[in-house]
Amino acid sequence: MSNYKVFDNLAVSESGFLFSPSTGESFTLNPIANQILHLLKQGETINQIKEKILSEYDIDESSLEKDLDDFINQLINYKIVEEK
Amino acid sequence: MDKKIYERPVIIKQQMGFMNKFGSAPANQPLTHIDNVSVVEMAEKYGSPLFVFSEKKIRQNYRNLNRIFKTRYPKVQFAWSYKTNYLNAVCSLFHQEGAWAEVVSEFEYERARKLGVKGENIIFNGPDKTIEGIKKAIEEKAKIHIDHFDELYDIINITEKYNLKADVGIRVNMDTGIYPKWDRFGFNYENGEAVQALKRIISNERLNLVGLHTHIGTYIMSTEPYKIAAQKLVVLANMLIDQYDIKLDYIDLGGGLPSHNTLKGQYLEAEQLLPTLEQYADAITSPLYDLNLSPSEFPTLFLENGRVLIDDAGFLVSKVLANKRLSDGRRSTVIDAGVNLLFTSFWFKHKVRPAQVSSTYTESATLYGPLCMNIDIIRDDVVLPTLKKGEYLVIMYVGAYSVTQWMQFITLRPNIVMITEEGKIEQLRKSENLDYIMEQEILPEKLKEFSI
Repeated sequence: MSNYKVFDNLAVSESGFLFSPSTGESFTLNPIANQILHLLKQGETINQIKEKILSEYDIDESSLEKDLDDFINQLINYKIVEEK
Repeated sequence: MDKKIYERPVIIKQQMGFMNKFGSAPANQPLTHIDNVSVVEMAEKYGSPLFVFSEKKIRQNYRNLNRIFKTRYPKVQFAWSYKTNYLNAVCSLFHQEGAWAEVVSEFEYERARKLGVKGENIIFNGPDKTIEGIKKAIEEKAKIHIDHFDELYDIINITEKYNLKADVGIRVNMDTGIYPKWDRFGFNYENGEAVQALKRIISNERLNLVGLHTHIGTYIMSTEPYKIAAQKLVVLANMLIDQYDIKLDYIDLGGGLPSHNTLKGQYLEAEQLLPTLEQYADAITSPLYDLNLSPSEFPTLFLENGRVLIDDAGFLVSKVLANKRLSDGRRSTVIDAGVNLLFTSFWFKHKVRPAQVSSTYTESATLYGPLCMNIDIIRDDVVLPTLKKGEYLVIMYVGAYSVTQWMQFITLRPNIVMITEEGKIEQLRKSENLDYIMEQEILPEKLKEFSI
């Protein structure tokens, strides 16, 4: 599974508001999306993030995998993360 | 320790420059219970999709509209529009409340008769009436509303051939200032055809002219057209009184009142946009006081409302089959109820509410039905919370036309239940199965065998 790097210049608030100075676009994240992005920023791998979410939340592995893939794809499209 | 409740990770791009002066789009609040009955429990017991009707709401709607008109005009009689929803239970409920039957085909006529409605309490409308159908309706004293001259002459021939006398009215179409003009039904007012038809009826002693009928359209969004329609029928009725001393038994203003559904292309929600029922009733009833009659001789006002009485008493419960991302990044949700069950989604933006409590994070999504057809779209764009596969949605205001215009296509038609006033769930129609569908088919002998 590939791993991802969050672009350095992004401003992410504690509450899940994200601003990209390079594109001028801003985004809102729900709490779990915010948590995942912060984990990515700290350099955690997708597998580490998956394990963390699975232990913390009431969700099965395959459902999480689907949601995580979709979320990461969106982050790539919005130019928030890139593949390492 | 209990684990935290999971919700799909969501990132929403903020759009600038699209501020809405009416505020942000309201998120659709969950609807977990209908008349205190759990939506999820119903869906799990009767399967999904599932049509649910509320007896309480239907009776409330009828009593409310009845009160609104009866406080404005002394004699009012409703006739339930069968084509809007001819489930036996629904028709019977309206008949219990006192409504007659308004039918537009022999199929509907026979349904009403079979349910126990007397012929004399049936209004027979529509352009398609067969000789046998007309004969039966005459014998059973139904009110026949003549649609065209060919039908008028059919009726004359039948009464002569079988030595009968028929109670008839004519349907009148007219310009009420709205588009489209429904001039395909009945006789036109402006070009004099209606008067010509009335004269033809009056001159025949086997025909008893009892009423005038019009139905100006459907989902009429202003009151003025009704006022114009009532005024024009009053002109005809006064002409009959003054020139022929004919006092009609009734004047029938048809239906066409809108429900709470919002049309596609309408920006504001229907509730904010439409006149109140009281305003419609004022427009319809006030011109009737211009009749050249003493109040005791006033004709009965017939109304043939369908949609306004049933739409918000019907719900379609549907299960989420899948979530997908479209090519442009938009979200889409596939549910198990398609346009074959909800024909009205082609012109209405049906309100959709989740059936379970969810978080406040919402996403805009396209709502697709389960059919492998590109046209199967329930909502082009709807704001919903993050829904998981297997969760339920409730599509609102689907009581009118859905269970009469639905079709068996790709999937089978589902169960229909009604929540009674006592809170009991009664099944009104069983879901279809393969045998039911195949029963009507005939496979030629030579096509029975093949080897692939």
